[in-house]
Amino acid sequence: MEDEIVQEFVIESSENLDQVATDLVELERSPGDPALLSSIFRAMHTIKGTCGFLGYPKLEAVAHAAENLLSLLRENEITYSNPVANALLATTDAMREVLTLLETTGAEGDRDYSEIIATLRALAIADADDASPADVPATPAAKDATTPERGGIEDAAHPEPARNVPPPAEMTDQAHPGADSPEEEHLAGDAKAPSADLNIRVDVKLLDALMNLVGELVLARNQIIQYTESVNDPAIVATSQRLNLITTDLQAGIMKTRMQPIGNVLSKFPRVVRDLAQACGKKVRLETDGRETELDKTIIEAIKDPLTHLVRNSVDHGIETPEERLAAGKSEEGRLLIRAFHEGGQVNIEIQDDGAGIDAQKVLDKALDKGLVNNEAAAKMSDRELLSLIFLPGFSTAEKVTNVSGRGVGMDVVKTNIEKIGGTIDLSTAPGEGTAFKIKIPLTLAIVPALIVTSGGDRYAIPQVNLLELVRLNASERRGAVETISGTPTYRLRGKLLPLVDLGAELGVETSHFLDPDDRRSFNIVVLQADDRQFGLVVSDVNDTEEIVVKPLGRQLQNIRHLAGATIMGDGRVALILDVIGLARRANVVTENSDRAAAEATADAAEDGSSVSSLLIVRVGEDRQLAVPLAQVARLEEFEASRLEQAESRQVVQYRGRILPLIDLAQFMGVPATLAASANVPMVVARAGNRRVGLIVDEIVDIVSQAVRLQPISERLGVVGTAVVDSKVTSILDVSELVENFDQSIFEDEFALEGAQ
Amino acid sequence: MKTLVEGSKYCSFKVGDLLFGIDVRDVQEVLRYQEITHVPLAPPVVRGLINLRGQIVTAVDMRRQLGMPERTDGRLPMSVIVRTREDPISLLVDEIGDVIEVDPDGFEDIPPTVSGVVRDLMTGVHKLDDGLLLVLKTERAIRIA
Repeated sequence: MEDEIVQEFVIESSENLDQVATDLVELERSPGDPALLSSIFRAMHTIKGTCGFLGYPKLEAVAHAAENLLSLLRENEITYSNPVANALLATTDAMREVLTLLETTGAEGDRDYSEIIATLRALAIADADDASPADVPATPAAKDATTPERGGIEDAAHPEPARNVPPPAEMTDQAHPGADSPEEEHLAGDAKAPSADLNIRVDVKLLDALMNLVGELVLARNQIIQYTESVNDPAIVATSQRLNLITTDLQAGIMKTRMQPIGNVLSKFPRVVRDLAQACGKKVRLETDGRETELDKTIIEAIKDPLTHLVRNSVDHGIETPEERLAAGKSEEGRLLIRAFHEGGQVNIEIQDDGAGIDAQKVLDKALDKGLVNNEAAAKMSDRELLSLIFLPGFSTAEKVTNVSGRGVGMDVVKTNIEKIGGTIDLSTAPGEGTAFKIKIPLTLAIVPALIVTSGGDRYAIPQVNLLELVRLNASERRGAVETISGTPTYRLRGKLLPLVDLGAELGVETSHFLDPDDRRSFNIVVLQADDRQFGLVVSDVNDTEEIVVKPLGRQLQNIRHLAGATIMGDGRVALILDVIGLARRANVVTENSDRAAAEATADAAEDGSSVSSLLIVRVGEDRQLAVPLAQVARLEEFEASRLEQAESRQVVQYRGRILPLIDLAQFMGVPATLAASANVPMVVARAGNRRVGLIVDEIVDIVSQAVRLQPISERLGVVGTAVVDSKVTSILDVSELVENFDQSIFEDEFALEGAQ
Repeated sequence: MKTLVEGSKYCSFKVGDLLFGIDVRDVQEVLRYQEITHVPLAPPVVRGLINLRGQIVTAVDMRRQLGMPERTDGRLPMSVIVRTREDPISLLVDEIGDVIEVDPDGFEDIPPTVSGVVRDLMTGVHKLDDGLLLVLKTERAIRIA
């Protein structure tokens, strides 16, 4: 019983503290707002009172000191300055810390909070004395540190302490906190009382269990409906119709219990933005819209981190410093807008800033520098595609790495996490005007509408989120409708070429028949959206749309990328749910993905999945095989041995009017050079950012494009891992890393020369 | 009469000419053939998925797991639902046998001359009056290469 009371107290107080923190930040916008102040005061008072009742002296002492300061604020005795805000926010953090300890260990813990109490008191005194608020927290807090410490403990022992500030006149009820009885607590919190009576707390596990049961019920309902179609008993038909309606309502009702307003996530952002803006020396105003937009709890949990990352990113990288903003003719204060709304059965979230925007050229330079794309691919990219490079693993646009964001792990994780819950993220930006990220996510993951199709005799479910339209071609229409480019089928959809993928052939369950001119059967094209690409999935039959219950695949099948799960159909059989993005990648529809795969192979050798990359294969020594990612190769050359020269202790060669530093890969790998030194030296001119380097090899073997399963077993810097290429063990090089670790000075020489030219 | 020690009751089943046994406590239930949904591009030992009262269960073909040829007599496999640390798994076998109570003294290690996959898939042998009961190493039998 006691545990329950404590548990209840912890939950309630945490919520109160969340509200306090939000209100404190809000108060900075409208200082002196009496409604806000009394809301903060009331919440703090409630916590303090309950602490006294339950016997938590530490928490009570902190709450008490904060309450004192708040009462002065409320009486306009002191002004709400930045140090006051900081101290009060720090207080909520400290109190939350104690609450967490209470929840996990049942005790208050042994951390000492006397310093924060001292700061709060010093602020109360100093400001009341009209001292300069700016230098208050540091000095007086330290000075007073010893005395109030004792005072703090004393306060804790006697819930009715002697105050060191005169209690304002109308504060009689707060002046006797020791007299607080549970009834008075209710009075103190009475503004919230009505809603509290109408709500109960339910364990999320119970909701999950109910959701599963409803899933089962939906399946049973589907089966009964299918069965009733074959019987002619009006009683059964009527009952099954009723069952159908009730099940639908029940499903909607249970789903609703799991819905939470997105405001629950957004409410922590004012604090995040405030603290971060202060740390970066920026001024940012956060606006939110559509806080009441509801989402399934599991989705709320899943978007918390990606959203936080995007918000931090916007403050850190997007919005400029006040000086830059003024220089650009904008207001000093940046604006960050988070907007959430429902649209077409999905939830849209937009994070919009009015900062500097993202420079596509800068993005490209960075991507080239990091070897994430090659020049050839980049030349073909639209601005939109260029911008989407920021979602590649290992990318970071920050010019300097801050501790806030820009560790280069970020946007790709944001994208992956959003895709994991069936969502998409899109980015639009205008230089100088700002950047907007648009996220679309499904309302729920458990039961989704899906299109059921047949291929090779099996049924598959395609989540409707990915579905754009259906095209059916019958025997007379199919002639000439599909055109091929060296065997690859395409279809002209309203004048635009739509790449076609045969589901049966892709899954290996049947051979493609739609290309066969003698085949008279009609076929269907399901037009799907994968990332920002459209493609047509050719299926034998399109059955129906149905609400399906998504069930995960067993552990044994979890790494099958083209499947998102399984479901049970009305006839009790299992059908597979297709993962459209996975399928598109498998069929190479998503072209940027080949670049992404190459980047993953080098930057992210983890995750046992193999990926396709283009590699230049070279030989050094007698039989050592190495590979250089083709993206890092500028040219292949052959120099007469006599042209190699020495500069200081380095080997160099004059190349296109410049001095090209050389790295002998045989020497680097510790392989004895071949004895038969020929007159010509084959060389790979490689690129690492804007530097070039010549890699001396013994033979340029081949260029391969194949799936590489990279084993990151190498400790040698410059070698990202080892893979089997053409049935030979091959070390894969990373030129940037190689250059970085070989010798910096040779490149500085080069730069000096370049500058002199 | 001898008292039985723990673990001496086995649910027996046949795959080809081999008689296997699984500790009854690891067996959730035994089912007739259920319709199996093929999973394209999955490893071949996975025959597919079955619907076990609303739960989706992966079916592992024991013949394929043992490297035996496919059945030619046209009869449908039976399904032994095995409890695992995670989800239950269905093992597709040729025939279900009795629950056999064995004499713990009759247990022996695998003879050193037994080799190959069969050896990997068993922990030992129980000598029965009318044959040998191979004790299945369940966690290995449900592993998918």
